[in-house]
Amino acid sequence: MSSRALRQPFALKFTSATFLAIWCIVAAFPIFWITVMSFKSPVDAFSSNPLNVVFGPSTRAGGNGLSILDILMGIVVIWITARLMTRTLPMMVAAYAPAGQKWIGWVIGSLVVAIGFLVTFFAILPAILDALNPVFGPLGRDIIGLTTEHYKTVWIDRGFSNNFKNSMIVTTGVVTVSLTVGTLAGYGLARSGSGLAFAILIIALVFRALPHSVLVAGYLPVFISSSEWLAPILGENAPTLYGKPFAVIAVLVAINQPFTIWMLRSFFQSIPAELDEAARVDGCNHFQAFRRVIMPVMWPGVITTGLFSFLLGYNDFLVTSLLLDAQNQTMVPAIAGMFSRETTTTDQVVAVAAAVSITAPLFFLVMVFQRQIVSGLTAGAVKG
Amino acid sequence: MNFKTFAAFVGPSVFMMLLFIALPLASVLKQSFYVTQPIYETVEVESCSPGFPEQICVTERKSVPKLDEDGKIVEVTTYVGLQSYRNVLELERAWNAVKRDGLMALQSIDFWKALRFTLTFTLITLPLVLGFGLGIALMINNASQAIKGPVIFISLLPFIITPVIGALSINWLFRGDGILTAFIEWYLQRDVSMFAQAWTIEVLIMLYRVWHVAPFAAIVFYAGLQTVNSDALESAVIDGASRWQRMKYVVIPHLMPLIIFISMIHLMDAYRVFEEIVGFSSQGYVISLQWLTYDFLVPDQAGNRSISRASASAMLTMIGIAILLVPLLRRTWQDHKGGH
Repeated sequence: MSSRALRQPFALKFTSATFLAIWCIVAAFPIFWITVMSFKSPVDAFSSNPLNVVFGPSTRAGGNGLSILDILMGIVVIWITARLMTRTLPMMVAAYAPAGQKWIGWVIGSLVVAIGFLVTFFAILPAILDALNPVFGPLGRDIIGLTTEHYKTVWIDRGFSNNFKNSMIVTTGVVTVSLTVGTLAGYGLARSGSGLAFAILIIALVFRALPHSVLVAGYLPVFISSSEWLAPILGENAPTLYGKPFAVIAVLVAINQPFTIWMLRSFFQSIPAELDEAARVDGCNHFQAFRRVIMPVMWPGVITTGLFSFLLGYNDFLVTSLLLDAQNQTMVPAIAGMFSRETTTTDQVVAVAAAVSITAPLFFLVMVFQRQIVSGLTAGAVKG
Repeated sequence: MNFKTFAAFVGPSVFMMLLFIALPLASVLKQSFYVTQPIYETVEVESCSPGFPEQICVTERKSVPKLDEDGKIVEVTTYVGLQSYRNVLELERAWNAVKRDGLMALQSIDFWKALRFTLTFTLITLPLVLGFGLGIALMINNASQAIKGPVIFISLLPFIITPVIGALSINWLFRGDGILTAFIEWYLQRDVSMFAQAWTIEVLIMLYRVWHVAPFAAIVFYAGLQTVNSDALESAVIDGASRWQRMKYVVIPHLMPLIIFISMIHLMDAYRVFEEIVGFSSQGYVISLQWLTYDFLVPDQAGNRSISRASASAMLTMIGIAILLVPLLRRTWQDHKGGH
């Protein structure tokens, strides 16, 4: 870019910037829009006039709304929280957390800030504003309709919190097991140049391409009848695997394994082999070398791979919807059940609120781990 | 690393893949040749209803499922050869339909309908994903350093979103008088219904997939653009190459391995198209191969899952994957041999 020869004319730069802006709008608009919809009464949410959706006259008429004062105060609280997270917290962590255990400092600090924010934003602020709004006249009058009733319906009446818990169980299981098994395999494959290692990688590549429905067609009959064929081994209380979260975790780990081992292998290959050879010379065997020398430096790769395992477990619809029963259902299949019965517009907005609830954690995930996600996407590719 | 250590490291992973991928695959292949059905037996039932002067009695022959001592339905698994495949393919019906009404008649048979859509979808979205991905990457590369971070953040959102939810969010923008449908109606000055015919749904599904995958392509290409040799670009300028020629003869060849990589990943993923069908609730108009298998696996009203038909359709889906994989495997094999 420093070279004069490659400098671009203004017209080209302008066009490029315009199209980039359009792309950003296209990328963010659907997500932004369903978020706005989820806070409105059904009449406003599905209004064909976009201004009605944004300002929500009928939501406002129902007595739910935000005044200019509310919005300003809300922005101030969010801004203070952002400052705390980006400025004060790193300083506090640097000052008080014991060296080597910085992450504990970060976890505790983030939790304190998060709880403080939730209490201020949802409990203290509304109470103060209720008192202030009548005093300020026009500034205190509602201008934007906003209601959280659909979120209450989803999380409390429709039992979405139970689905959330199931999602957490499944994703935590998938990430932990996937990484444990995958890290060992990735290291083994990276350090062995044998034909067998290559054959395993090729077979993993073939497995990566399989449609998941093919595999589920194989599991279903076996899982449903598992209490019969497990009885000789496990006796009377042999479990029926169908509907059990741990069976789904095992299935998702296996499905994810080809991707995990390819990715971790490429990370381990970027760690110089001289490092563990030095440890071997000092008298470690392979496992000790792995534990003492490789484990301290492998975390960037493991975190990135873990993120993608999390996404697989969290986003999955096909496997979880077919292999889990209603009681253990995760969030994504649960929402499919919600919109298939969307008979009234209220039901539809409730489904929208559920969709936004599923998306919100992913949004924060990208926010925190943007760099790791980008490096993960490019890791496999740039090598070719 | 000797074999024993290698086996200890790789063992758990290989074991899981064998148990949960290779074994199910083999069992699906076997299932597709067998059918498990309850045994029916015919019993004579005499049912009498009150009448005058005598009762009216009717003797019927009914077929009921046979029960064992515990009251469970006795099921028997029989070898049926290729029957399940025939049931899925419906070759005879398809052939007659084609003879009578031409190729479009295949649309009336689920498998052929699904195959047609899956292939169209895969082939149309591929160039779009590559084109948009490259375009976005070039634009991000052009942007000033300060806004690159936020732009990449926004670009990642469509990629990271749960596929079913992403499809739903687009669906809601168009459903009924959703704002984008309202916008199209205002623009065309006529009534539009996006979910009343197959082709508009197909367009929406493809648009959704491009929206979802283009960011991935863009970020990979953007990383590739960072490594373009600027000396080569400058000497191209000195040789009088226009902007377009530099793009064509320097940048694109440099990105070629990445283009192949993304094409392969996209072909694999697009062939498995499934979540869109759920998100757009389009099963009445548009279905895909993987959705067909899924549909056989979901219990019907009587609670039965047609496992053998699902297995047959799964195996037929696999044929496409196999064709897709051959060039990819060949390339990896050549790379491996070249690398050593």
